[in-house]
Amino acid sequence: MTQAFRIENVGLINRDKKLSFKFNGKTYFGYEGDTLASALLANGVHLVGRSFKYHRPRGFFGAGVDEPYAVVQLYRNGETEPNIKATEQELFEGLEAKSVNCWPSVNFDIGAINNFLKIFLPAGFYYKTFMWPKSFWYQIYEPFIRKAAGLGVASTKHDKERYEHKYEYSDLLIAGSGPSGLASAYAAAKNGAKVILAEDKPRFGGTLLTSDVNIGNQSGKDWAEGIIAELKTMPNVVVKNRSQIFGYYDHNMLVMSEKVSDHLPSTKKYHPNKRLWYIRAKEVLISSGSIERPIVFGNNDTPGVMLSSAAKEYLKVYGVLVGRRPLVFTNNDSGYETAIEFKKHGVDPVVLDSRKNPESEIIDEAKNLGINIKNSYVVVAAQGYKKVKSADIASISEDKKQLGKMENILCDCICVSGFWTPTIHLASQSGNKIKFKEEIDAFVPGQSKQNEITLGAANGVFSLEETLKNSFKAGSELSKKITENDIEIAIPNVVEKKSSQHDKFWCVPLPKGKNYKRFLDFQNDVAVSDIEIALREGYRSIEHVKRYTTLGMATDQGKTSNLNGLQLVSEIENKVVPAVGHTTFRPPYTPVSIGAIVGREVGKHSKPTRKSPMHSWHEKNNAVFVDAGVWLRPRYYKRGNENLFEGSKREAKNVRTNVGVCDVTTLGKIDIKGPDAAELLNRVYTNAWLKLPIGKARYGVMLREDGIVMDDGTTTRISENHYHMTTTTAQAANVLSHLEYYLQLVWPELNVNVVSTTEQWAGAAIAGPKSRDLLQKLFPNSDVSNEGLPFMGYIEGDLFGVKARIFRISFSGELAYEVNVESDYGNFMWEKIMEVGEEFNIQPYGTEALSTLRIEMGHVAGSELDGRTIPYDNALEGLVSKKKDFIGKRSLQRSAFTVEDRQRIVGVVPLDKQTSIPEGSHLVKDDKAPLPNPKLGHISASCWSVEYDNPFSLAILKDGKNMIGQKLFAMSPLKNKVIPVEIVSSHYVDPKGERVRS
Amino acid sequence: MLYINCPHCGMRSQNEFSYGGDASVKRPELNKELSDQEWDNFVYNRKSLRGKHLEFWQHISGCRQWIKVERDTATHEIFKTFKADEEVA
Ligand SMILES: [Zn+2]
Repeated sequence: MTQAFRIENVGLINRDKKLSFKFNGKTYFGYEGDTLASALLANGVHLVGRSFKYHRPRGFFGAGVDEPYAVVQLYRNGETEPNIKATEQELFEGLEAKSVNCWPSVNFDIGAINNFLKIFLPAGFYYKTFMWPKSFWYQIYEPFIRKAAGLGVASTKHDKERYEHKYEYSDLLIAGSGPSGLASAYAAAKNGAKVILAEDKPRFGGTLLTSDVNIGNQSGKDWAEGIIAELKTMPNVVVKNRSQIFGYYDHNMLVMSEKVSDHLPSTKKYHPNKRLWYIRAKEVLISSGSIERPIVFGNNDTPGVMLSSAAKEYLKVYGVLVGRRPLVFTNNDSGYETAIEFKKHGVDPVVLDSRKNPESEIIDEAKNLGINIKNSYVVVAAQGYKKVKSADIASISEDKKQLGKMENILCDCICVSGFWTPTIHLASQSGNKIKFKEEIDAFVPGQSKQNEITLGAANGVFSLEETLKNSFKAGSELSKKITENDIEIAIPNVVEKKSSQHDKFWCVPLPKGKNYKRFLDFQNDVAVSDIEIALREGYRSIEHVKRYTTLGMATDQGKTSNLNGLQLVSEIENKVVPAVGHTTFRPPYTPVSIGAIVGREVGKHSKPTRKSPMHSWHEKNNAVFVDAGVWLRPRYYKRGNENLFEGSKREAKNVRTNVGVCDVTTLGKIDIKGPDAAELLNRVYTNAWLKLPIGKARYGVMLREDGIVMDDGTTTRISENHYHMTTTTAQAANVLSHLEYYLQLVWPELNVNVVSTTEQWAGAAIAGPKSRDLLQKLFPNSDVSNEGLPFMGYIEGDLFGVKARIFRISFSGELAYEVNVESDYGNFMWEKIMEVGEEFNIQPYGTEALSTLRIEMGHVAGSELDGRTIPYDNALEGLVSKKKDFIGKRSLQRSAFTVEDRQRIVGVVPLDKQTSIPEGSHLVKDDKAPLPNPKLGHISASCWSVEYDNPFSLAILKDGKNMIGQKLFAMSPLKNKVIPVEIVSSHYVDPKGERVRS
Repeated sequence: MLYINCPHCGMRSQNEFSYGGDASVKRPELNKELSDQEWDNFVYNRKSLRGKHLEFWQHISGCRQWIKVERDTATHEIFKTFKADEEVA
């Protein structure tokens, strides 16, 4: 198939490499170096989608990041991605894309009926209409809107692509590789500064690729290529194409998305799809250029109406004619440059200039080429539905209010230039106070808040000579401040044609009796009439007008519509534009893939996975693991076809009858040393610590200053000034920070050091009536009798040549010990315990059995210490010293904490002794009471008591102290359960605690 | 993301730090008789002001030191950072 609109020997594409691709199911050909847009245009395809609200046919409007229409669904290597701009997507072999916003097809679109109903779809239509009746929203409106609108479909499959994050520091970060970017980068690089130069397009050079200028006796394009080639050889310079700086954040941090693989048929092995760069720069130079503005006229959204700069870019970069009978509609000299390019390539354009008699070198050149120019002429309306076929044109009075007689002229495209809008998004994001510049009818950066400077067209400077001069100077001076080098750079001479003043004209009036839609925002279908309605209805703030009409709220963020919208509001309101103000620019400048933002933190990498030194043993012995914070812990060790319930019951029962061993490495451990260590503990814990003897452990509870329990655990006095603190697995990091806070900020006079030793020790809890017999065999040289190692005692022992710490502490309520060895010996310790324990019928037990054992003993854990309970609530008030002060003590006097019927931990047993109570169930007096049924308490933890062989739960219950023996209902609407229960003591098993002391 | 000058380590990104609240609040001395109001002021009541604010941060992924940072809550400008025991001028 021929590419009917491709012309010979023009452009920067590689004609030796032909590529095939599919659009809406049809196969076309293009060349390497094409974008999807340029390749489609080369094939004469202008219809690419349907508009968002009215489903009008849409073509190409721009040639890059500013494109409001040509958003497609892309298919690449078995994946699909929505919201891709065809003007940015580079062509690759086998690319497939589809139109969005059209159903069932781009040529026949049901939603286009909205176009004929447009009188019913004015500004705020969605707000007004779909509000009522409310019940219609979910069933009728939302599904309809969802089906008829949208910018593509997100894939529901797992994304196979990989995304990377990179952190980088630079002296200068330069956004954009046009003339100002290149000049400033070059000067700074010569001074030895560390420079990052970022370009969002595949090709460096910006406007130099398309403009007819000379720099240093070369074409602008050749000069740009020379500079880039030299920068690439310099070790202090990073030059990145396909890289969009999309966000400017606090303290000169900018974020850039580098498209590493999107231009290839598939991502190379070991390469990411995209790389997100977090760049902290000392100085930021914004050389992001400018975007051409449209002029507003009737049916200005018809395919074939596009920016004149885009038409020029398609021609000069891609060798593509966007039409063979172009009409150029301009209010400044830029339109002439496009017309001249058409003429040079054998196509006869007609130029309509809204100005009366402009004079400049460019206009003279156009005249000399014999181009047909009509002054004081405007396009009133484009004609044609799926493509421009002709234009209604008319002369216009000098005050731009009166149109002359309408004529119709045949054309197949209309190239519009309404002058230039500096791209100030990054400057604005940085906190720069942007200001309106009358001469160019646009905003430019003003007072900087951070270390940024804006150069060239982005700063409203459109002369190349001035831009280069300023940019070399800026690069040089900013880098000199950092490197103290001052290499002089000769500024090359510049040949460019001088322009004349543009016309302050942006919207063609409606002719009498005509009601053409004149669009401001092409992506969201916001027309002049919508803004008029919003203002009539009383909206004044530009931020409100924006939200009510959705002007500038589409994925292009109003790159081509914002200023014309402001012009319109200012005209109707009879205010100047700066008085209307501007809406806020927020990151990202262009849409960024969620994958790039997430980076590698997905799936298993979303958080670190911590494993104990015994992990491989657990794996080999059929452990079923559970996430405990960032740790993986055995939940139970599966035997045969056992399920969780059966397995954990067997393990818990074995602890109660024989002996079990549990991996408790994950417990937080903090080493505390120093002469004031006891004093610190005494202030941190609620109970007394000053008299703890060496070789003894003590259970402690710590509070936050607001009186809420923060954590619990045992701390052991290893030697005179050395303590070993344990915390719960979940609170380990917080407790360390908490101790450091008080030691560094509140009581710096205390001579104590704290350090985490969680990872230095492997821990095994040995629990059960036979645990002492086992321990004696593990440590034959130690006295582990009840006298030698009493409850809460501590000794050091020799475990077959390995130094071990032995604590007599119990979480299960049984006679129990905890053995710690250095982590590297963890597996050795575990295997020895299993081997020696065999004769005592030892079994390993997981977290489920661990929970069962502690619940039926009434020991509190994380589900009771949930950040809402005080010591009394957990029946821990006996540990609260009345004599000494400690963190949070004063809060315990708060009236809510001392009321008679304060909540308190209780045990809960179902009356039928059969039905397990779901955790989180509410306890109520009357299961039939009208909603909201007053809640008396909640179930914090549930288990199957192995001691009594029936369900047992713990609950935090209002006035729990006086509720023992009461009958209540446990209700779980989520599980649809109502269970009659009896309240019992939380100490369900061994209430006197005799076993641990046996 | 803020760029914080840890007085012990130098310029580091905010994601190495954790926030620790208003540094102008002083914990009452231990064993001191306090009215409910005085204790509430220490535990709960904060000015939450707009502008210059002295606050605690901990360099949690670095030296683990608690430091004081003088920051503008509206503009995020950081004027100065101090070691824990350094007097704020
Ligand atoms: Zn530090």
